[in-house]
Amino acid sequence: MTAAALLTVEHLTMRFGGLVAIDDLSFAAADREITAIIGPNGAGKTTVFNCLTGFYKPTVGQLTLIRPGSEPALLERMEGFRIARAGVGRTFQNIRLFPAMSVLENLIVAQHNELMRASAFSIAGLLGLERYRAAEARALDRARFWLDRLGLTGVADRDAGGLPYGDQRRLEIARAMCNGPVLLCLDEPAAGLNRAESVALNELLREIRDTQNVGILLIEHDMNVVMGISDRIVVLDYGRKIAEGPPEAVRNDPTVIQAYLGEEEDADLRPEVAGELGRERRP
Amino acid sequence: MAYFLQQLINGVTLGSIYGLIAIGYTMVYGIIGMINFAHGEIYMIGAFLAVLCFSMLGMAGVTWVPLALVLVLLVAMVFTSAYGWAVERVAYRPLRGSQRLAALISAIGMSLVLQNYVLLTQGAGLKTLQPIVSGGFVVYDAPDFVVTLSYIQIIILVLTVVLMAAFASVIARTALGRAQRACEQDRGMALLLGIDVDRTISLTFVMGAGLAAVAGVMVALYYGVIDFFMGFIAGLKAFTAAVLGGIGSLPGAMLGGMLLGMVEAFWSGYFSVEYKDVAAFGILVLVLIFRPTGLLGQPEIEKV
Amino acid sequence: MVDNAASGADLSRVWKVLREAGLTALIAGFLAVPLIGLRTIGGRDGMAVESRWDMLMIAVAVVFTGRLVLIALRRVLPRLGAGVGKIGSFGTLFARHRSGLAGLALALALALPLMPFSDRYLVDIATLVLIYVMLGWGLNIVVGLAGLLDLGYVAFYAVGAYSFALLGTVYEWSFWACLPVAGACAAAFGILLGYPVLRLRGDYLAIVTLGFGEIIRVVLTNWVEFSGGPNGIASIPRPTLLGLEFSRRAPEEQSFHHFFDIDYSGDHRITFLYYVILLLALLTNLFVLRIRKLPLGRAWEALREDEIACRALGINPVNTKLSAFALGAMFGGFAGSFFASRSGFISPESFTFIESALILSIVVLGGMGSQIGVVLAAAAIILVPEFLREFSEYRMLAFGAAMVLIMIWRPRGLLAHRAPTVSLGQSGARP
Repeated sequence: MTAAALLTVEHLTMRFGGLVAIDDLSFAAADREITAIIGPNGAGKTTVFNCLTGFYKPTVGQLTLIRPGSEPALLERMEGFRIARAGVGRTFQNIRLFPAMSVLENLIVAQHNELMRASAFSIAGLLGLERYRAAEARALDRARFWLDRLGLTGVADRDAGGLPYGDQRRLEIARAMCNGPVLLCLDEPAAGLNRAESVALNELLREIRDTQNVGILLIEHDMNVVMGISDRIVVLDYGRKIAEGPPEAVRNDPTVIQAYLGEEEDADLRPEVAGELGRERRP
Repeated sequence: MAYFLQQLINGVTLGSIYGLIAIGYTMVYGIIGMINFAHGEIYMIGAFLAVLCFSMLGMAGVTWVPLALVLVLLVAMVFTSAYGWAVERVAYRPLRGSQRLAALISAIGMSLVLQNYVLLTQGAGLKTLQPIVSGGFVVYDAPDFVVTLSYIQIIILVLTVVLMAAFASVIARTALGRAQRACEQDRGMALLLGIDVDRTISLTFVMGAGLAAVAGVMVALYYGVIDFFMGFIAGLKAFTAAVLGGIGSLPGAMLGGMLLGMVEAFWSGYFSVEYKDVAAFGILVLVLIFRPTGLLGQPEIEKV
Repeated sequence: MVDNAASGADLSRVWKVLREAGLTALIAGFLAVPLIGLRTIGGRDGMAVESRWDMLMIAVAVVFTGRLVLIALRRVLPRLGAGVGKIGSFGTLFARHRSGLAGLALALALALPLMPFSDRYLVDIATLVLIYVMLGWGLNIVVGLAGLLDLGYVAFYAVGAYSFALLGTVYEWSFWACLPVAGACAAAFGILLGYPVLRLRGDYLAIVTLGFGEIIRVVLTNWVEFSGGPNGIASIPRPTLLGLEFSRRAPEEQSFHHFFDIDYSGDHRITFLYYVILLLALLTNLFVLRIRKLPLGRAWEALREDEIACRALGINPVNTKLSAFALGAMFGGFAGSFFASRSGFISPESFTFIESALILSIVVLGGMGSQIGVVLAAAAIILVPEFLREFSEYRMLAFGAAMVLIMIWRPRGLLAHRAPTVSLGQSGARP
């Protein structure tokens, strides 16, 4: 690993009643790298995200966010919204925008905490003080940057809920970025996208990694995306880590192929196809 | 001790009545996710029908109590169920799929309509019913206090238990019950699988209203006094009971009703009658703070 | 031939309509048998029953024609709608001319007491409407913006009213000194209630707030030493204009008519009260309009849209909800102390659930989150029963039926248009 670790996950275990969704999982994600978590459906990928972003309290384990220049944040002890404030942004498998608010408003809400501070809990804002106006101008600039980057400027004032599916997915990423994260967690960003859109997504994610000073943690089924852009891949099966490494290593790992295909003989399929097959077969 | 026992008996009786009404709330909430605000009024209509029927039977000379009781229960259930059905048909069905507040406002409107309808047609004054079932057992004869269990209390308890059992088996065993549970889980999917969702919802209202009618008849017999405004506070309590027990859960509604009835009985017995409503809501808030989905409600796992 | 076929189709359509109306009437008749057709009356030996078949027939006839009218309306309305300008586009129409309309409404409101046709009664009714407009705007923060279902808003109204009534009668504080205190009291109650329950799901919140409303009323009724119990509190001081009183018997230097050297008239006070509530309501409106464009207001709306997404963006859901709850309560408290001051007498009677329901209907009927919608709905809800006063018996029945019908007609409220709070076209960042 070239870059410094941004997130370390140690011995993460999550049980729901008798069901062990994640079993003693440890891995690290590096700053300015894309780390992908893959695995068949039900392997516990989204559960990892939910533990990471405070929607679940892990049964066991330490989740540490290491930010340069400040104290490490112990995520497993924090409430969800504080984790977000500490710099973990995320998107959702089934998109969660603010549908009745405009595209631009979605991006402004993402900068809530900064603006709230500037508005002195609304007092400066109510009085229309300069310090708040300046902060809002900055927020608008940031939103405008992302709208331009994603080609959504033309629909900025439309309701977010009315956008086409692909635009909604990208808007959700933009919203997470406007929140100013150091670690961006994307839950199946390519789901439901067509070929061209997923190529554009690859481009976008690479660019975010290279220019925005963030580490990206990615859950994805689309092997084109995963193999194309990941710097590192963690493979889960039944809540356990079965492989970890750079894409080339994981692609050829027999355990991984087996996990995706089960005990079947067509192991000589290309891993992309194998991945797709495995997904069909193991609902 | 004797006093305690008496309050317990009174509390369980009151709790049965709350429980019977609460089931209507909990079922409707479970299936279409709305607070049926008019349900208390449905119960009030049941009570009015009881007084009406008993009076008519009295005029017709039917004096054998078991026969009168069965006839009144039947008539009250039939008409009250019809009201329950009509309310859903007129005020809620057109709003299915709209924002939930629209249905709530419509329900509040319907509650006003029914209240004032009964006020206009039956008058504002109290209606009293001569005691039909009187007498009871002396359960415990302490020197300073006599604990009694009246026959009407026994009828209420037995009827509640029988109805609950019947109800539970309808939900668990019959095609209707299956359809109801399916609609509760996923109405869209139920529709795709050929379940007549509208009919299932209608029948849910009918069943809830039928139970409320029983509660109304029992209250008319138990207290002997009714008025057009009685549905509001009873409905409020019953809904509280449903939430207390965990909304959507039938045993929860019964448990919540019992708990509420007992809290009220003991509070009135030992502290003050005036503040019994405060105690009831206080319990609700306490339970919800520690168990946000009620006593028997499924803890919600957040789907993200 | 063609004519015949057409008339045949017409006939069968007429038959279908008649059958539908007949069926409805039949069901209504069945339902009405026990409650309209029969009536219990107190006899010498308990209850007796009298029959009123004539009333039953009338009721059935009314339902039959009502159903026919509804069917006809349903046929005609869409056809009319296209031409006359759909009511549905009302919202967008309003949105386009919003500032103009708001200005017009404001001018009208300011000039109302000075109009030649206005009299004491009109100004008094307008004052009442404005109280509900203010309450509607206050509750709009909670329900319309933050999406929290509050069925006990009247509790905060009551807290405001009693705060002022007690401070005013016991400690002889003036209205203007009490106003902020009453608002703060109501807000404090809002926080006290909200803190434990705002984590709850929407409908649980509804029942807890409803219960809270009842608790406040029960306590006010029963704690006689504190609140006067059912008898309420009388001789609550009236608002003054910079210390000038609007009463005939006030000391000379402190009375409005002496100061301006005019004859005493009871109308002065009515007019003054009208302007006070107009001012309070406009302040509420100004506050809501501004806060909507601030991060806090946007966070409320975002929370209404998706709480989970809000948490993922670092918004503290509990505090944000609590702020909406407390601010909504505060405006309820302001309105409450005005109410106490205007009527000079309050009792728990004025703070029943029906008030909460009324205010909530104003918000929902108006179109959630719409400020002008609240004005329209408040005017309708207060004025319609006022006009129906002659049919006072049927007033509440008609009111309830109207609530149902309006919701069915326009489930999203009268004006359901939402304008974004910020747009790219807007140069710079005006809050």
